[in-house]
Amino acid sequence: MATDSDRHPADLDLILDRHACDPGALLQILREIQERYGYIAPAAISYLGAKLNIPRARIEGVAGFYSFLHLQPHGEYRVLFSDNITDRMLGNQALMEKMCQQLWLQPGKVSEDGLVSINTTSCTGLCDQGPAMLVNGRAITKLTHQRVQEIGSLIRNRTSLTDWPADFFRVEDNIRRSGPLLDNSIAPGDVLRAALFLSAARPELVEESRGSTGSPRTEIAENIVEAIKQSGLRGRGGAGFSTGLKWEACRNASGSEHYVVCNADEGEPGTFKDRVLLTRQADLVFEGMTLCALAIGAQHGYLYLRGEYRYLLEPLQAILQRRREANLLGKSILGQSGFDFDIVIHLGAGAYICGEESALIESLEGKRGIPRSRPPFPVTHGYLQQPTAVDNVETFCSAALALRMGAENYCAIGTEKSSGSKLISVSGDCPRPGIYEYPFGVSVREVLDDCGAVNARAVQVSGPSGVCVAESEFDRRLGFEDLPTAGAFMVFDDSRDLFEVARNFVHFFAHESCGFCTPCRVGTSMLKQTMDKIAAGHGTQYDLNEIERLDKVLQTSSHCGLGRSACNPVLHTLKHFRPAYETRLKSLDFEPAFDLDGALARARQMTGRDDAGAHLKTEEI
Amino acid sequence: MQAALSAGHYIPHLCYHPEFKPHGSCKLCTVKVGGRTAASCTMPAEAGLNVESNIEEMNGLRRTLVQMLFAEGNHFCPSCEKSGNCMLQALGYDLEVHTAGFRHLYPDRPVDASHPDILLDFNRCILCELCVRASSEVDGKNVFALSGRGITKHLIVNAESGLLKDTDIALTDKAMQVCPVGVILPKRVGFRVPIGKRKYDQRPISAQALDDAPRQADAGDSCAACEGSP
Repeated sequence: MATDSDRHPADLDLILDRHACDPGALLQILREIQERYGYIAPAAISYLGAKLNIPRARIEGVAGFYSFLHLQPHGEYRVLFSDNITDRMLGNQALMEKMCQQLWLQPGKVSEDGLVSINTTSCTGLCDQGPAMLVNGRAITKLTHQRVQEIGSLIRNRTSLTDWPADFFRVEDNIRRSGPLLDNSIAPGDVLRAALFLSAARPELVEESRGSTGSPRTEIAENIVEAIKQSGLRGRGGAGFSTGLKWEACRNASGSEHYVVCNADEGEPGTFKDRVLLTRQADLVFEGMTLCALAIGAQHGYLYLRGEYRYLLEPLQAILQRRREANLLGKSILGQSGFDFDIVIHLGAGAYICGEESALIESLEGKRGIPRSRPPFPVTHGYLQQPTAVDNVETFCSAALALRMGAENYCAIGTEKSSGSKLISVSGDCPRPGIYEYPFGVSVREVLDDCGAVNARAVQVSGPSGVCVAESEFDRRLGFEDLPTAGAFMVFDDSRDLFEVARNFVHFFAHESCGFCTPCRVGTSMLKQTMDKIAAGHGTQYDLNEIERLDKVLQTSSHCGLGRSACNPVLHTLKHFRPAYETRLKSLDFEPAFDLDGALARARQMTGRDDAGAHLKTEEI
Repeated sequence: MQAALSAGHYIPHLCYHPEFKPHGSCKLCTVKVGGRTAASCTMPAEAGLNVESNIEEMNGLRRTLVQMLFAEGNHFCPSCEKSGNCMLQALGYDLEVHTAGFRHLYPDRPVDASHPDILLDFNRCILCELCVRASSEVDGKNVFALSGRGITKHLIVNAESGLLKDTDIALTDKAMQVCPVGVILPKRVGFRVPIGKRKYDQRPISAQALDDAPRQADAGDSCAACEGSP
């Protein structure tokens, strides 16, 4: 049983001291308490409230927002099965059922002895080696019946996670096709040196006059922004805003501090390219961030790492330390006085919405991850209301690469409006799932051929909030001209039911809605109910019309993109695969969602009856 | 919103209150501006803006949003102490919400009757955060906050026990006066004014809101207590 944290204020003090009792570090503090005790006790919250001088209700509100933080004991072993559609296609439901049987418990509940809880979680970014799970935050890949059984035994024997076979935790990179980004031979510091000497071949050109116009420092910053603008680089997180323009706007915005934030909250189901970049190219990520710091005049950077990638924390911190020792971070970087910059890693705790840049900033500030009302945008009012450049992991890598290659060479890759290369995370029905780097402009068909997909029926490009592309459209091309993508590429062959795919995505949106605005909070739940109603065989044409009406409400009034895209999976699959829906519909105009006989299920369970007399007869109209 | 109200144009709203910084969560005040839609309470006014509010498209949207709020909580108007003084109910009448529209979720939300003078009936909460803002900005107490996420988002109170009796709320607090529905109620004063003679029984909310509204909102910076504030 997890020990009650109120009996250990000394431990709490250790955690608090590590964060210098900074109320802005609240989420990090809560995450560490969760990791240490298995849950966050009411007394611990009161203690934090007094120490951090924050109302305890606000702390409870923050803890209650994130899926990986628990306010009640949640078992010594907390098992979460990744529940993306790709995990489902690989049989995660049967595995979870088996594990529940083995350990004698129901999903979502804690076992009576307080040993274990089993539940599902949103995509863990391991779709190329699923089904996957998290145990106390640690990722486990390639689940099979045998592996699940072994895990069950280890839990029953209370074996410490550190003694579990290392093989369970092995995460493969699965790079199947590489290009200029993955093949780069840039040594740490190369890009920064290139940037510093851009204006002249003098090694000592930066002097103290930070920010004063006409100084070499200003010239360097302007040169970087200009080079990134010329390279045509656009954000790789999906929206595709010009990176150079963003850095320029941030640089020009006035504030007491400027901040660089790397968005490594790779939550869009089916996307896992940032995981691989952070594993293989972490130096390039940090180099890109430092380059951005030089361009916008920032001294502090944050990398917001999704909680699912907790296992990357220590390796990343080691690389940061190595860069500090190599004088690539810290004071007077590369001997240039006044060029001070360092990076702190901030871990998320299970909230997809924190991938939205303003919600991410709220979370960085230790609050609930609610998207802000915009404008103002983060480039002028971001972290702590100061100018902040928030970019995706791949964007920072690409920026470093573009600067190293030179704008002209970089523009030669890709298409006119989408320069450079893009990492695609391929998963689903294909023999070679993994990471593929392509120049922008590659067709869906080419990717399918390369990953060996046969009988592909549809591809979900850019995750649930992206587009479902049917066979007739496989010649469409990835790029901002046609199919913009953050990287997800989930393949479905002709054995798959696209209705179930859409239903999985709808459940995802309902689970991840932050709940701030009425339309998304209630609308995503209503959409989920309607899809479940159709799945249960009670759907009618009326329900399909209702979904279209709901989409209009969500489109016009949602606070952010989550609500606006929540109906997309249904509308896209309806457009291409209407029969998958229609075969489920009753031919009535209306069918009540309430199942009279179903309502008696609990009574039947309690009385142990299942005879005809315990059922209500349904009269077909 | 403030500009419209001071110019004598009513825009339906629930989470907006002239004395607090707007945050735009209920979305009832969504209007059409140059073909796009936006919550009018968080949109800065500009000269020459062409704003369409009282049109069927926007009223239809508001009708759906009110239906959503009714379906999300447990609202039993006939037995509610706030009936006739309730903004949600009043908007329901005004926007002609004649049907449920959605299947009700019937959430399990126990009431908190622990406090000797005050009752909390969470069943009626529409998560507008007015009590959160009032308690933080005016009372300086932070009695209320939000926890949970998505459809499980809920109001909590500032006590380790989770009970109102262990907070420092008082009947005289601003937070006692701002609930647009019937969550925060003083005990022992029920039905003092008979149903039928209450505020919105006399005139519809659209005819009254202007009398209440055009006070200048506090021009302070962001509110640390509430969500979505820049």
